[in-house]
Amino acid sequence: MTNKHSENDNFDAEPVASNGLLDRRLVLTASAAIAATGASTWLPVAAGAAPLPVEPWMKTPGAPFVPYGQPSRYEEKTVRTWNTVPGTTGTGTSRTPHHLLDGMITPNGLHFERHHSGIPDINPDTHRLVIHGLVKRPLIFTLDALARYPMESRIAFIECGGNGQLLYQKAAAPVGVQQLHGQVSCAEWTGVRLAVLLQEAGIDPKAKWILAEGADAAGMSRSVPLTKAIDDALVALYQNGERVRPANGYPMRLLLPGYEGNMNVKWLRRIMVTEEPTMTKDETSKYTITRLDGKSLQFVLPQEGKSVITRPSPGLMMKTPGLYEISGIAWSGYGKVSKVEVSADGGKSWADAALQEPVLSKALTRFRLPWRWDGGPAILKSRATDESGYIQPTREKMIESRGDRTIYHANAITAWGVSDQGEVKHVFA
Amino acid sequence: MFSRKILLTIILGCLSTFAIAAEGPNLGQVATAEEIATWNISISPDGFGLPPGRGTPRQGEAIYTAKCLACHGEKGAGKPNDQLAGGLGSLAGEKPAVKTVGSFWPYATTIFDYVRRAMPYNDSKSLTDDEVYSVVAYILQMNGIIGEGEELTAETLPKVRMPNREGFITFTRGQ
Repeated sequence: MTNKHSENDNFDAEPVASNGLLDRRLVLTASAAIAATGASTWLPVAAGAAPLPVEPWMKTPGAPFVPYGQPSRYEEKTVRTWNTVPGTTGTGTSRTPHHLLDGMITPNGLHFERHHSGIPDINPDTHRLVIHGLVKRPLIFTLDALARYPMESRIAFIECGGNGQLLYQKAAAPVGVQQLHGQVSCAEWTGVRLAVLLQEAGIDPKAKWILAEGADAAGMSRSVPLTKAIDDALVALYQNGERVRPANGYPMRLLLPGYEGNMNVKWLRRIMVTEEPTMTKDETSKYTITRLDGKSLQFVLPQEGKSVITRPSPGLMMKTPGLYEISGIAWSGYGKVSKVEVSADGGKSWADAALQEPVLSKALTRFRLPWRWDGGPAILKSRATDESGYIQPTREKMIESRGDRTIYHANAITAWGVSDQGEVKHVFA
Repeated sequence: MFSRKILLTIILGCLSTFAIAAEGPNLGQVATAEEIATWNISISPDGFGLPPGRGTPRQGEAIYTAKCLACHGEKGAGKPNDQLAGGLGSLAGEKPAVKTVGSFWPYATTIFDYVRRAMPYNDSKSLTDDEVYSVVAYILQMNGIIGEGEELTAETLPKVRMPNREGFITFTRGQ
């Protein structure tokens, strides 16, 4: 596929896939965008337009300083939504409003949450991290002690193992990207390599797993392969530059880049080095994929390659026909996203989207593609490929291989139907 | 898979070189078993970690009625929260799977581990070890896994055979 248009071309761009998808390189330069609209030489002028108003905020001093800033009051809809387990106020899950965000980083106040017994109010001075089990010398770390260790930063997504579970249903749920895929978020996490702490404790050669446990009232715990703990696990103290938020594990959480969210244990208080997995409640009765034959796949650890279009998506109306940017997020627990394709005709033809730099391993990757909507019906889909060569499956293919008797690891292609009225709906197509 | 393993070996090699070269600050305090006993609450399938204690289903029923029934229903029937009993034979087929402690959980030790650390929801870690053994015994008995007169201890609990013990397959990519 070559770009036929030079920078000075000033004519309508040819679609690269059916139903108006344009070349991804047209997002890269302003002059190319003008070429794509074909509108640089003529813009409508409103008849009898009034002069632009000089607003009150242009004439009087603004608000004073505040210690911790908040979003504009006009952004009150950019918030998480959540569901709680019956009889509780803090057990359940909240979701990131991806349809109202852009970029690759999730603001800390909008990072998705999954709590098993609410958000503990942990005093950082009395919090401890214990490392014991199959080690030469068990160790207790204070937060002050850990804060003196060499730090490392890592931009990583965390996705709940149950994210996208509505894709296993028989009919397309009438929901948008927040309800469907809002349990994935991405932040810059900074902390101490777990490998360094384990090395100081002295790992017994028999050891193959660790148990990670939280200080919440549920004592949430998961077994993690020792290879992962040594490879790239962090004891994260900072989230996007500030101390990890209480909802995300204050004062410290385990970060296992690419692994299912539940294993990234929040409020981390104990690491026990073991020979075998402990077989906790969450790695046996939950977070296992029950197949049609009744057998359940256990220790499904990295999240597979996945993507979803965030704009346009349900809740956002398409207005007049013309040029739009299709934008979304893609990610893989197995490495970098190498390609995202977009379709506007339900998957018959595809165009490569532009991947917004930086493209990082096990982080959200923003993709973009220009689209000239002709005002007719369209079915928008995105399909990610990761650097291992894995291609995001269709929903049919996902269910064909695993059945629909599970709620976990739903990474199939999501379809948004656009009506000729510009309304966007979740569809199975 | 093979190349992943080789890569991992290289990473591990580099990492240990780094850690030795970096010489961690060694700011951990060496912990005694007594210090961490109250936090050391995980139980493995072979029973490692189980405390001394005992309990029967009959003793467990009284505790269940007082502290568990409001959320988990009569005899573990569920509602408003998780169903604990029944569902045997429901994992395969077309109808929705009814996943309970009896039909799904592969290890009895996990019940002890979870009840002791997380239940009752509003007052976790409040049950004595004897009370936990008793409640676990009652949950197993309501599922027909042990008899009414059987007593659970650190020796007998790991020997309890759960119906779905062979129901799990360790995932490898592509499944």
